[in-house]
Amino acid sequence: MSEKKTKRRDFLFTATTAVGAVGAAAVVWPMIDQMNPDASVKALASTEVDVSALTPGNTLTVLWRGKPVFIRRRTQEEIDEARAVKMEDLIHPEKDEDRAKNPEWLVMLGVCTHLGCVPLNDKGDYNGWFCPCHGSHYDTSGRIRKGPAPWNMEVPKYEFVNANTIKIG
Amino acid sequence: MKSLFKLFSIIIIIIASNSYSFAAEKAEYLKTDWSFKGLFGKFDRASLQRGYQVYTEVCASCHSMKYLSYRNLAEPGGPEFSEVQAKAIAASFEVTDGPNSDGEMFTRPGKLSDKFVMPYNNVKAAQAANGGAYPPDMSVLVKARGGGVDYIYSLLQGYEEAPSNVSLDDGVYYNKYMYGNKIRMAAPLSEGLVEYGDGTNATVEQMSKDVTTFLMWSAEPHLEARHQMGFKAIVYLIILTILVYFSMKKIWSRVESEV
Amino acid sequence: MSDHDYRPKSKVGQWFNDRLPLLTLANHLTDYPTPKNLNYWWTFGGILTFCLITQIVTGLTLAMHYIAHADMAFESVEHIMRDVNYGWLIRYIHANGASMFFLAVYIHIFRSLFYGSYKSPREIIWILGIIIYLLMMAAAFMGYVLPWGQMSFWGATVITNLFSAIPLVGEGIVTWLWGGYSVDNPTLTRFFTLHYLIPFLILGLVVLHIWALHVPGNNNPVGIDIKKPSKDTVPFHPYIVIKDGFALLMFMIVFAFFVFYAPNILGHADNYIEANPMVTPAHIVPEWYLLPFYAILRSVPDKLLGVVAMLSAILILAVLPWLDTSKIRSAVFRPLYKQFYWILVADVLILGYVGAMPAEGLYLLIARVATAYYFLHFLVILPVLGFKEKTLPVPLSITEPVLGGSPNLAAARNKESTIE
Repeated sequence: MSEKKTKRRDFLFTATTAVGAVGAAAVVWPMIDQMNPDASVKALASTEVDVSALTPGNTLTVLWRGKPVFIRRRTQEEIDEARAVKMEDLIHPEKDEDRAKNPEWLVMLGVCTHLGCVPLNDKGDYNGWFCPCHGSHYDTSGRIRKGPAPWNMEVPKYEFVNANTIKIG
Repeated sequence: MKSLFKLFSIIIIIIASNSYSFAAEKAEYLKTDWSFKGLFGKFDRASLQRGYQVYTEVCASCHSMKYLSYRNLAEPGGPEFSEVQAKAIAASFEVTDGPNSDGEMFTRPGKLSDKFVMPYNNVKAAQAANGGAYPPDMSVLVKARGGGVDYIYSLLQGYEEAPSNVSLDDGVYYNKYMYGNKIRMAAPLSEGLVEYGDGTNATVEQMSKDVTTFLMWSAEPHLEARHQMGFKAIVYLIILTILVYFSMKKIWSRVESEV
Repeated sequence: MSDHDYRPKSKVGQWFNDRLPLLTLANHLTDYPTPKNLNYWWTFGGILTFCLITQIVTGLTLAMHYIAHADMAFESVEHIMRDVNYGWLIRYIHANGASMFFLAVYIHIFRSLFYGSYKSPREIIWILGIIIYLLMMAAAFMGYVLPWGQMSFWGATVITNLFSAIPLVGEGIVTWLWGGYSVDNPTLTRFFTLHYLIPFLILGLVVLHIWALHVPGNNNPVGIDIKKPSKDTVPFHPYIVIKDGFALLMFMIVFAFFVFYAPNILGHADNYIEANPMVTPAHIVPEWYLLPFYAILRSVPDKLLGVVAMLSAILILAVLPWLDTSKIRSAVFRPLYKQFYWILVADVLILGYVGAMPAEGLYLLIARVATAYYFLHFLVILPVLGFKEKTLPVPLSITEPVLGGSPNLAAARNKESTIE
């Protein structure tokens, strides 16, 4: 067999294998993507909460995307405590002013950033939250102060639709 | 290669005879040119939007569409209302939600994620309001009837005076395309029943076509994606088949045998 | 077998292979000597493997979204069709995949009938195949129940009621199958469990089927025993792999046509109506692949005997290797058998056709004649034919007909060497 012929055959086999591989990969994608959130789940992205009954010093817990969201109406004391903390004392430095645009209202995902447990209210060494699973302490701004959690509790996207209603998401 | 040819002709004969026997079952339905048929078939957006109008203004007073959500109206491949339009449509319906913190159910304007509001709370209520007949849910109605779109299209236009040898009870109507010719639904469409926003003349034929197109979409919301993917898949398979055929010829040329 | 001589080249390969001879197995499968005259009817084994894997993969993904509950099953299927990413694609592949699976298995079975592949020494392969076929029917039936449409419900009711034909214990068995006094939620959940289980049983049996095949090796269109490896054989890889791949791609084009352009044509419209225990659809028929047996069931006017006839029609195949008394395997050298073979094919197609028609008048008469002929073929014609038929001379090697063009010509030139 001449060298030229061998080359052409090699090209044919390479092309066939390559085209076949592309098709196989294309078939795999739907099987993977079917596990991603479906259209009905994505449509439930936002939820509205009536907070008119919430008095200062209390927390409302609502479900959003299957996770608890803490809505805390903070007392002036708590706000002062949160704002007095120095940045260098924080594990994950974030200003309270950035976390709570309206200082009276703290809205955050009630999920410990360590391994996903729900922290307890009004507990811990910093008068904020305490996660019973592995002992993470959060302050009155929901920032991590002590324990294994790496980050502050996450603040989701939210807005006040009117004075009494918060829209999360 | 010869036996392969034989094999495929047998498969084609089986398929053809199958579709022949399917065709034999059908009555002679009215025909129209459906834009969604064929290899590249797509929905006619304007017709879908008009069809939605016919559905909400006429059908929806009795027929539910419980598997559809308002968000579907804005999704690609459907009527493709704009997001703003779809939100406005959703908000025009009162949706029951709850319970609230007092344990009470309450109503609020609809959201995109809500399912289409149902005309009756349950099957029994629907039957009670319609003289014992349950107006079927229309979400997959087209696929649930042997004649498909042609059947629905014909049925809507098939109301006639009953022949003298057929006696009809109260609340029963004569329709020449209905199985057994007796139907509990009065003729739902009449000339000019809806006023189309785009100025299309609302004849019974036009409304039948529009609402049937809408029902086809509601039963097969991914039809366009299916047709597009299907064409790509088959073209791909043909290319790969040709490549594999020549590879096979090459490989088998090493031995004295035919493939 | 020469497999035992195989030694992996690398040290690591040898170390591994001495402990778990997977590489020996892989080598056996790739080098496996296969008759080089296999025609395209032989590619359906590979196609069936593809069908099984496709059904298992799409089935697993569907099961991630499907809810096996009488109140939610129908809705969850619509959820898959509308909301799940590519859900419509996966479900249509799975639903049409069942039909394609049966299309392929029928071709596979009729290939075996034509070329006598069920005969000694391949009886165990054949019987394993019949068991696989029975399990396929069970899986397909239970799968059809899961969408909980009208056909699901009434199909389940009718088929489970077949067991009530058993004297004395029949009613008890049916109640036990249902887990209640009618087909209902308990029935649906157990059918889902079994529908999930059976494909893996089939997979295990397929391994045995192939194992049993690799003992004597493939039959071939000439139907004679061949030495392996020899000039009559080619290694499985790449020769048979590429040929099976080519046939599989042709098959996939037909498959894709159904999935993308006629996904509901093989189904029944009534199954898009949610199950309603108060109303039976006007015309209830099983899926096309069960129609011939349905016709046999209906052609017998007695309940118990009808069920017996239907089951016998399948089980008779299991004893086929002993009913067919002819020593010659391939129909190519059996002129009379070849004609009866095609009559049987026509008979089964007729049974399938009348199975879809109402059981009355002329259809019922045709169904009865066709049923009678079906049993006549296996119980009378085949045993007698083996003794009476004057067969054509069979070549001594497959190389001969392969070189000489069509096997018939080669055989004709070789009249002297008749095998008695």
